[in-house]
Amino acid sequence: MKNFNLRDFGAKIWERANRPQRVAIALSSIFLVSLLPFAGGSFLATPIAAYDAVLVYPVAIFVLMSLGLNIVVGKSGMLDLGYVAFFAIGAYTMGFLGMHTSLNTWEIMPIGIGLAMFAGVLLGIPTLRLRGDYLAIVTLGFGEIIRIVALNVSWTNGPNGISGIPMPPDLGPIKFRLDDQKGFYWIVLVMILLTIWMIRRLSVRRPGRAWEAIRQDEDAAELMGVPTFKYKMWSFTLGAAVGGAAGVLYGSKNLFIAPEMFTLNVSILILACVVFGGIGNIWGVIVGGVILGYLPDRIRFISDARLLVFGLVLIVVMNFRPDGLLPRKKREKALVKKGADA
Amino acid sequence: MFDVFIDQFWQLTFSGISLGFIYVLIALGYTMVYGVLRMINFANSEIFMWGTFGAIVASRDLFKYNQTTEPATGAKLALVLVVQLVASMAFAGLTAVLVEFVAYRRLRARGTNRLATLISAIGMSMVLSELMRILTASRPVGSPRILEKVILTEVWGAQIRLDTLITILAAGAIFIILERFVKLSRMGKAIRAVSMNEDAAKLMGINLNRVITVTFLVGGLATGAAAFFYVTVYEYTKFNIGFTMGLAAFTAAVLGGIGNIRGAFFGGVALGLAEVYAAAILGTQWKSVTIFVILVLVLLFKPSGLFGEAVTQTRA
Repeated sequence: MKNFNLRDFGAKIWERANRPQRVAIALSSIFLVSLLPFAGGSFLATPIAAYDAVLVYPVAIFVLMSLGLNIVVGKSGMLDLGYVAFFAIGAYTMGFLGMHTSLNTWEIMPIGIGLAMFAGVLLGIPTLRLRGDYLAIVTLGFGEIIRIVALNVSWTNGPNGISGIPMPPDLGPIKFRLDDQKGFYWIVLVMILLTIWMIRRLSVRRPGRAWEAIRQDEDAAELMGVPTFKYKMWSFTLGAAVGGAAGVLYGSKNLFIAPEMFTLNVSILILACVVFGGIGNIWGVIVGGVILGYLPDRIRFISDARLLVFGLVLIVVMNFRPDGLLPRKKREKALVKKGADA
Repeated sequence: MFDVFIDQFWQLTFSGISLGFIYVLIALGYTMVYGVLRMINFANSEIFMWGTFGAIVASRDLFKYNQTTEPATGAKLALVLVVQLVASMAFAGLTAVLVEFVAYRRLRARGTNRLATLISAIGMSMVLSELMRILTASRPVGSPRILEKVILTEVWGAQIRLDTLITILAAGAIFIILERFVKLSRMGKAIRAVSMNEDAAKLMGINLNRVITVTFLVGGLATGAAAFFYVTVYEYTKFNIGFTMGLAAFTAAVLGGIGNIRGAFFGGVALGLAEVYAAAILGTQWKSVTIFVILVLVLLFKPSGLFGEAVTQTRA
C-alpha cells in the first residue's frame, strides 16, 4: 500500500461505520482504556515509579495538557511556549484554596480553570496581535515569570512550596488514595474525553473553521472577515482552561507543589508530545502524549536524559516528518501545503 | 526602597552600562539572524551559554589555571585574556553554525512553514542546554580569577573597576568592528542585500546559504565575545544561564528595533541600565520580571522598537 498512514486507516473504518457501530467502537475503546490501571502486572509495568501513578502523571495528564496545547499550536497555529504557566496557576489555585478554605477539589476546579483563562486573556491581549515568533518568546517569558513570582511571593510559600494539599473527596465508588491512584486516572480520563468532545464539536463549527483559516493564512482570514483576534483569544483561553484544569488535579493528586515543578521544561515536554504525535490531529496528540509520557518511566536511559531526547524529537520530527506520527487528514494537509510558503 | 538607588546611583549606572555592553553583543546575535531570516534565533541563548564554557575551558585546561593560581600580570595576562576571548568566540561561533545546519537549513530548503522552523529551533536550544547539563552534572562552574578586580579610580563615588572598564572598552570595540564589517565588507553587503530582499539578492547571484551561514557565524562570534566578558566579570557559569541573558538581550534587540544593528546598541545599554536600576529598587529577584514587563510594554506600544521596522506588519 502506497503511503500508508494509520490516521487514514482509522478514519476509513470510522467513516464506513454506521451510528450504532460508532457508538460501539467508542464505548468499547473507552472501556478498554479505563481498564489500563489493572494491567500493571503485564509488560507495561514501569520499573522506576508505581505503575498506576505513572498512568496518572505523566501519561494521562500529559495527554490532557497536550490536547489543550494542541488547541493553540495545532488548531490555530500559534506557538505557545509558556503553557506551563496555566498548569502552575491551576496547581497553585488548588494549593492555596485547598489549604486556606474548606473548598474541595471539585469546587476549586472551576475557580482554577477560571483563573487560568483570566491569565490567558491577560497575556493574550498584548501578545496575540504579534507574529508567531514574538508570541513564542513572550509566552516563553511568561511561563518563567509565573515560576519566579511563585518563588518570590509569600502566599505561595516561596521555594518551599505548598505541602499537605487535600486529596479530592471520594465520588461514590471512585476512591482517591495515594497508594492506589486508579480513581485519579479515571477522573483524568473523563476530563480527556470532555476535552476531546469539546474540540471535536468546535472543530466542525465556526471557531474551528476560523482557526483553520487563521493557521493557514492569517492575513487572508482577516480580509475574509474572520475576526482573527477574537478567535485567537478563544483558542488561547480554551488551551489555558485545559492547562488550568490539569494543574488543579495535579496539585490535588500530588499533595505538594513547588515552583521548580513548573519550569520551562514542562512546556517543552508538552510541545514535544503534540509535535511527535502529529500537530493538529487529536488522535496523534494523544498517541504522542502517551508515548512520550510513558517511555521515560519505562526505559531508564530516557528517564535520565529525557529533555535531551525530547529536544531531539522536536528537531528530528520537524525536519523529517513534520506531520508527526499520525498526520492530519489529507484534505487539511493539502490545504496547508498550498499556504505553507506564505 | 529608593535609598540604595539614590545612594549608589553612579555606581549602578556604571555597572549598568558594562552589563549593557554585554547585552549589546548578544542582541547583535539575535538582530543579525533576524535581519536575514526574519526569524528569531531561539538557540542564541544557548550559543551564549556554550561560549561562556569556551572561556573557562581556555583558562582551566589550556593555561592550567585553578582557583588558587595567582592572577598573571603583563604580557602573560594579555595573552590569557585574548586566548579566552578567541575560545569563547570559537565555541559560540561553531555552535551557531551548528544550529543553522541542524535546525534551520533543511527546513529552509524545503520551504516549510515558520512554525516548523520555530519548533526545530526550540528543540535545538533544548538539546544544547541539556547536553551541557549532563556534561557538567547540573553544577555551576566557577571560573578561576584571571583579571584582578582592581579599583582604578572613583568618579562621583562610583568605583571604576578594571574588569568592567575592559568590558566596556573591548565590547565597544568589537561592536564597532562588526558594525563596520556589515557596513563595508563585501560579505556584509551581501548580508544586507539578503535582509532587504531575499529573492532579489538571489537573482543578483548571492549565495543565499553561504550568507545565512556567515550571518549565524558573525552573530555567534558577537554572542561569544559577550560570553567572555560575562565570565570575566561574574566568574561563573551554569548550563541554564542562557535563559535570563537571552531574554534580556532579546528584549534589548526588540527595544532597539530588531534587525537594526545600531538599535541593538542603544537597546542593550538601555536594558542594562534598566535591569540594574530595577534590581536596586525592587530587589534582584525581580530582575527577570522587570525585563519581561519591558519586553511586553515595548511590544505593546512600540513594536518596531526605537529605531526599527514594525514587527506586527510583516506577518508570518
